[in-house]
Amino acid sequence: MLKSTTARSITRLCQLYNVPAVAYRTSLTDKRFYSPPAAGVKLDDNFSLETHTDIQAAAKAQASARASASGTTPDAVVASGSTAMSHAYQENTGFGTRPIYLDMQATTPTDPRVLDTMLKFYTGLYGNPHSNTHSYGWETNTAVENARTHVARMINADPKEIIFTSGATESNNMVLKGVPRFYKKTKKHIITTRTEHKCVLEAARAMMKEGFEVTFLNVNDQGLIDLKELENAIRPDTCLVSVMAVNNEIGVIQPIKEIGALCKKNKIYFHTDAAQAYGKIHMDVNEMNIDLLSISSHKIYGPKGIGAIYVRRRPRVRLEPLLSGGGQERGLRSGTLAPPLVAGFGEAARLMKKEFDNDQDHIKRLSDKLVKGLLSAEHTTLNGSPDHRYPGCINVSFAYVEGESLLMALRDIALSSGSACTSASLEPSYVLHALGKDDALAHSSIRFGIGRFSTEEEVDYVVKAVSDRVKFLRELSPLWEMVQEGIDLNSIKWSGH
Amino acid sequence: MPGFTAPTRRQVLSLYKEFIKNANQFNNYNFREYFLTKTRNTFKKNINLEDPKVLMNLFKEAKNELGVLKRQSVISQMYTFDRLVVEPLQGRKH
Repeated sequence: MLKSTTARSITRLCQLYNVPAVAYRTSLTDKRFYSPPAAGVKLDDNFSLETHTDIQAAAKAQASARASASGTTPDAVVASGSTAMSHAYQENTGFGTRPIYLDMQATTPTDPRVLDTMLKFYTGLYGNPHSNTHSYGWETNTAVENARTHVARMINADPKEIIFTSGATESNNMVLKGVPRFYKKTKKHIITTRTEHKCVLEAARAMMKEGFEVTFLNVNDQGLIDLKELENAIRPDTCLVSVMAVNNEIGVIQPIKEIGALCKKNKIYFHTDAAQAYGKIHMDVNEMNIDLLSISSHKIYGPKGIGAIYVRRRPRVRLEPLLSGGGQERGLRSGTLAPPLVAGFGEAARLMKKEFDNDQDHIKRLSDKLVKGLLSAEHTTLNGSPDHRYPGCINVSFAYVEGESLLMALRDIALSSGSACTSASLEPSYVLHALGKDDALAHSSIRFGIGRFSTEEEVDYVVKAVSDRVKFLRELSPLWEMVQEGIDLNSIKWSGH
Repeated sequence: MPGFTAPTRRQVLSLYKEFIKNANQFNNYNFREYFLTKTRNTFKKNINLEDPKVLMNLFKEAKNELGVLKRQSVISQMYTFDRLVVEPLQGRKH
């Protein structure tokens, strides 16, 4: 019995290590227990390497799950609102079903050239970039430093001033919490604006709990801050001014250079959240007197999960790190770096610089076309300053149409009514509120994002689809009927409650 | 020096052909359109270049980029997704 098990395990071992079992078999006297080695798994000659991801099936499953939760079948839904639903999808047969991606402010597709740089770090170059005792570490360390140079070059910084983080949210938190905490003995005041990204506003709010005072600057109806108001808000104990370069919802570019000069004059650190601006508009940390600048990789066609913060070295900006640990990244951000992500980020930054002019021309051309097409319909307005804006971010209000229902009617275009962070909640955008828009108009706004990979064909499709469906939804609306009859909606006294 | 001899007209044309061929093989609509447009614009922009040193460098760079394109178009064919609403279903293999 013992013999049989050993014989079997030897055969198995031989199979495992791909050694011909014959040599071992001869020594065994009892041949009854010999079993032929299993035939290798052979694939068909026409076996395809293609792995298709069926998005439609997932969408259908989700729709039926939702319908069964609400007690109706998807077919019943379609039958009940046959016109509304048929308008929500592409009517032309003979075309694909996947929506056009027009939400570039949320994230961008990873550039194939970036992926090509990253792949070798997932297959062979797996060394820890911080181990300096062997070549595995040296290889990845060289790649990391190379990427750092590319990231720095885009904003005319020194590579030593770039600290890799997990993304712009971490960078913003690091600044908003780290700088005031370091100078807390003498300085107790932070200035920011009402239209910042949620992570800056929430971090500032968290600092209020720690005993700091925060001034939230108002913006005008164009979305721009008033430099006079900023100057008046500056106090002797102000340690930080944080103003975002390009707004993520309306694409407005703040006067960064002027703010930088003002901060330098008053010896206050100036931080700018450039997640939407890095690589997309001209940024120069020295020319603009920026002391700290947040960058995100996945907004520039890089991988998700990485970003950076620029921290000025001369004059040195001190900040308390959020994480305690091994002291990587000048002690400001402990934790092992991810070489695949860093290398991808570096390549993405290199491409942003290399393709800057081409991308600018392309995006400007498509943006002009889209704005012209969308605004040609009546009662549509462009939100934010028409002059000081990044053309790749277009926020348009369609009066008398509810934004969420328009998004539902535009299933064939991937859009959002504002920031992805707040798209789950139905409350209107706080950014548009800060611009002085009323609830109704804030509710009827949609953001269009154009990027490097958008095409003219897509823009044409979007202009047609949006105008058609806005018209359709307005025809359903009693408010629209009143407007057409010339009734001023503000003069109506709503009663019944 | 062989390092500084400019690429011949035939070499450049064959490189252009390879670029277009590989860009066309992208399964992803946006990447395909982007690389096709980019290839056409780049070659058109450099059509009047004369300096052999500049030409040689560009040629070398383009060869590396072609490698990237070849690898990535294959990857794009391996991981495929549904066609976009602007893409006709007929008329393309992928």
